[in-house]
Amino acid sequence: MLHRYPKRVAIIMLILTALVAAFPLWGEAVFGTQANFMLEKLTLMLILALFAMSLDLLVGIVGLVSLGHALFFGLGAYTLALASPDFSPASMWWMLPLVMGVSASIGLFIGVLVIRTKGIFFIMTTLAFGQMLYYFISTSQFAGGTDGVFIMFRPSLAIGERTLVDLDNPYSFFYFCLGMLLIGYFFLRWLTRSYFGQVLDGIHDNEHRMQALGYATSGYKLIAFVIAGVMAAIAGMLAAMQYGFANPAQLGWHTSGEVLMMLILGGMGTIFGPILGAFAYEILLFIYEHATTHWPILMGLTIIAAVLVLPRGIAGLIIAPPWQRKRNNDDAPAAKKEQASEAVQSTTPRKEG
Amino acid sequence: MQDKTILATHGLTRRFGGLVAVNEVDFDVASNEIHAILGPNGAGKSTLINLLSGEIPPSEGEVLYRGQSIQGKSMRQIARMGIGRSHQKTNIFPRLSCLQNCELAARIHMGGVFGSWRSRLRAHAVSERAMEMLETCRLTHRAYIPAAAMSYGEQRQLQIAMVLATAPSLMLLDEPMAGMGREETAQVTELLASLTDRYTLVLIEHDMDSVFRLADRITVMVDGSVLESGPTEQIRTSEKVRDVYLGRHDEEVTA
Repeated sequence: MLHRYPKRVAIIMLILTALVAAFPLWGEAVFGTQANFMLEKLTLMLILALFAMSLDLLVGIVGLVSLGHALFFGLGAYTLALASPDFSPASMWWMLPLVMGVSASIGLFIGVLVIRTKGIFFIMTTLAFGQMLYYFISTSQFAGGTDGVFIMFRPSLAIGERTLVDLDNPYSFFYFCLGMLLIGYFFLRWLTRSYFGQVLDGIHDNEHRMQALGYATSGYKLIAFVIAGVMAAIAGMLAAMQYGFANPAQLGWHTSGEVLMMLILGGMGTIFGPILGAFAYEILLFIYEHATTHWPILMGLTIIAAVLVLPRGIAGLIIAPPWQRKRNNDDAPAAKKEQASEAVQSTTPRKEG
Repeated sequence: MQDKTILATHGLTRRFGGLVAVNEVDFDVASNEIHAILGPNGAGKSTLINLLSGEIPPSEGEVLYRGQSIQGKSMRQIARMGIGRSHQKTNIFPRLSCLQNCELAARIHMGGVFGSWRSRLRAHAVSERAMEMLETCRLTHRAYIPAAAMSYGEQRQLQIAMVLATAPSLMLLDEPMAGMGREETAQVTELLASLTDRYTLVLIEHDMDSVFRLADRITVMVDGSVLESGPTEQIRTSEKVRDVYLGRHDEEVTA
């Protein structure tokens, strides 16, 4: 029931995924000479969607609002940049586990320190850790200071001498990112529907009660924190490959704030919502940036409007469209129970979404 | 009633600033009895339950569970020692279904943080146990409904089912019938009465009829101290208790 959505969610997401995946077919017809630039934008959106989704595990599912999530994003980027050799491509088979290992260890270390705090204190401690790393990196010689580090060669994905996916080719890299996003999505979908996910839901609703039942809630929260961190680091690694460099800006609280806005726009706690949010945010950003130099004002107004009009984000719009919501409101609260039971009975036997 | 003491307190005191909420309480519970705590509002009943379940630490004195002090143990550890509790405020997980609520509680036996990733066979056992508890509490027909959509009385019953599902040897129930209608109160009273052969209960309750029907022993608290403690009959006929507390309910009790 929880984390299970009406069938139209699956249909809409499938159509959108197919549309994105087919971009190489229709991109040139629509954008002409701009097609390559648009492909890069689209790749970036896929990466940011993965990043936003990882934060949703913390914010939407567990209920921990982190303002330092970009720490992991930047960590992934810098791990790749610093570990890549200067004159030859690194192997993806080494880089991916390295990025995951580094982010998991740092996530564990930070997690142990911050996970016992709640609400505003969690926000502030995560922000503090994010900014600590930001200032450490941007003043460190080995990490290139404020200039960051350039990545001369993208890692290669090969078995022996045979290249599996040519990551230098923008099209294959695009599909590689799409694949990572899908893996991330299905992993989180499985996770939220597992028992572990159920415990996280319980913590979200009432952590105190979970403790009274005998759950070590900190342990569950810590694992979720580490998982979210590792996923964000993978997104950061992909972003660094895309840009060709790692930059302190990727670590800063601006990036953390942006990804939170994507969550708000897309709809928290739904996993698929943040994907839509990341796309919507980037598309809006693209339009606003071209329209005016004062685009942050437009973006701010949009976010405020979204919060007012769409409290559950774009995802909420799909799960419960306004015309359906209106019908629900017309019914008296007394009828709510029967209705809910019907809704549940109709969704329980099928596995969907 | 067996005379095997499962829980005992010695000189248990809790102060909140200048207020002494619980004052040098000596209290004990024998296994398989229902021990009710009575007292007017502000007598320190809920504070006492909170001390027994380890939710707040005592200022002085100690709580012994099976001869072992619960001092310094976390709520989680105490819950795993076998003390289950329900709260006065309805305290369920509204977005989860009735059955899932119960499963969360039942899964506690599976141990460890990674208990949630165990096999399907185990999962089946958990569902079965959760279902069993729902049946005990007559909630089977509500199993797949989100807890938020259930009636208040049903939510209270679900809370009891959840405490049961953690397989506690001692259950602390804080006003399980608060805010219930007559019919529901009677139902829950029946339910609690049917549990006595398997569980030990500490019960805070305002509903006199239920308390006198259920309890083997009653402790009456006034202003944080124990006024009198003894078998139900003794409390029913006690002058002291009648003066302080039951006086107002005189007609109801004798009726």
